[in-house]
Amino acid sequence: MELVINGDKVEVPSTVETVTNLLQNFEVDQKVVIVELNGTILEKKSHQESRLSDGDRIELVHFVGGG
Amino acid sequence: MSERYSRQELFTPIGVDGQAKIRSKHVLIIGAGALGTGSAEGLVRAGVGKLTLVDRDYVEWSNLQRQQLYSEADATNRIPKAVAAKKRLEDINSDAEIESHVMDVSVEEMEQLVNNVDLVVDATDNFDIRMIINDISQKHNVPWVYGACVGSYGISYTIIPNKTPCLACLLESVPIGGLTCDTAGIISPAVQMVVAYQVTEALKILVEDYESLRSKLVSFDLWKNQQTGINVDKMKKINCLSCGDDRTYPNLAFSKRTKTAVLCGRDTVQIRTPNPIERDLDKLASILSQQGKVSQNPYLLSFTKGRHRLVMFKDGRVLIHGTKDIAEAKTLYHRYLG
Repeated sequence: MELVINGDKVEVPSTVETVTNLLQNFEVDQKVVIVELNGTILEKKSHQESRLSDGDRIELVHFVGGG
Repeated sequence: MSERYSRQELFTPIGVDGQAKIRSKHVLIIGAGALGTGSAEGLVRAGVGKLTLVDRDYVEWSNLQRQQLYSEADATNRIPKAVAAKKRLEDINSDAEIESHVMDVSVEEMEQLVNNVDLVVDATDNFDIRMIINDISQKHNVPWVYGACVGSYGISYTIIPNKTPCLACLLESVPIGGLTCDTAGIISPAVQMVVAYQVTEALKILVEDYESLRSKLVSFDLWKNQQTGINVDKMKKINCLSCGDDRTYPNLAFSKRTKTAVLCGRDTVQIRTPNPIERDLDKLASILSQQGKVSQNPYLLSFTKGRHRLVMFKDGRVLIHGTKDIAEAKTLYHRYLG
């Protein structure tokens, strides 16, 4: 499946079916992340049930603390 | 002297009037590490009237790669960052008033520091203090600009009380145990990029051009050639305890704070997280093993670096051996544990 993540086309493995899978795939599932799917910000509790489709546009921003 | 700000005054959104406003404003920067030195230099060169800079740490050799106000002599002599920064900033612009404090900032200190301040710039390295800044900002109606970076990644957001969501609205939980500049490294361009975002937003606020503020949470990864922004306006929560209708400023309450205690006669400081957490000791061990000597048993992880030893318990508590100084202990804690 091809997704557009932060503006770049990215081919993700077929095991990535939900937003939760996607965050695991990018190893940001342990972080505090804001996810926008096709222009709508998702609540964290809906990550598990949010299914992804070919061509979805996703913006991912994770919080870091360094400075 | 009249030429000094001429190029900035030629920039139409600032102009002569904007320059006069910048000169009349007072900015508080919390932290004088990489972000803090960058923002401080930017604002002082831009002609801010008064700058207050606060930091609890001293200059070390590992700072010089990115903390732009410091010299080798500062590192050799272990000069407190707030002291070294003030001296350099006064050399850069003798017209700016520079107030600096060698201080560990918590709630009481923030309550004092925020008086008569027009803007707070976040240049800290952990979320404990950011949540305090967040609630102080709401309580005293002072905007603040969040910024952070690690590796080649950076993030920034501008928080305007009674207008934008606050940091508590954006974070459903406070990030803990993330990678830090001392565990994952940092390249200076990532710092400079965050500084560029923060100082630009600061200038907009100082000249009162609120319309031009960026409403998006912005992030980038310079090494991966990525940049993105999310408009988070809709994340403002009416029931937020920090900025909502029935606000209680929970991050200013004693029970929510990271607690520290010097353990008598042991040359040790204990640090407890505000809320019970379960540390993933295995993951922590793999991160810290690149930095120093690590040993582990089912209950705790011991990490030795130089003359200090950090012992981390599963329940989140950390003992910092080799110091009686709470500020130094907190520095070590946040350096390795985020």
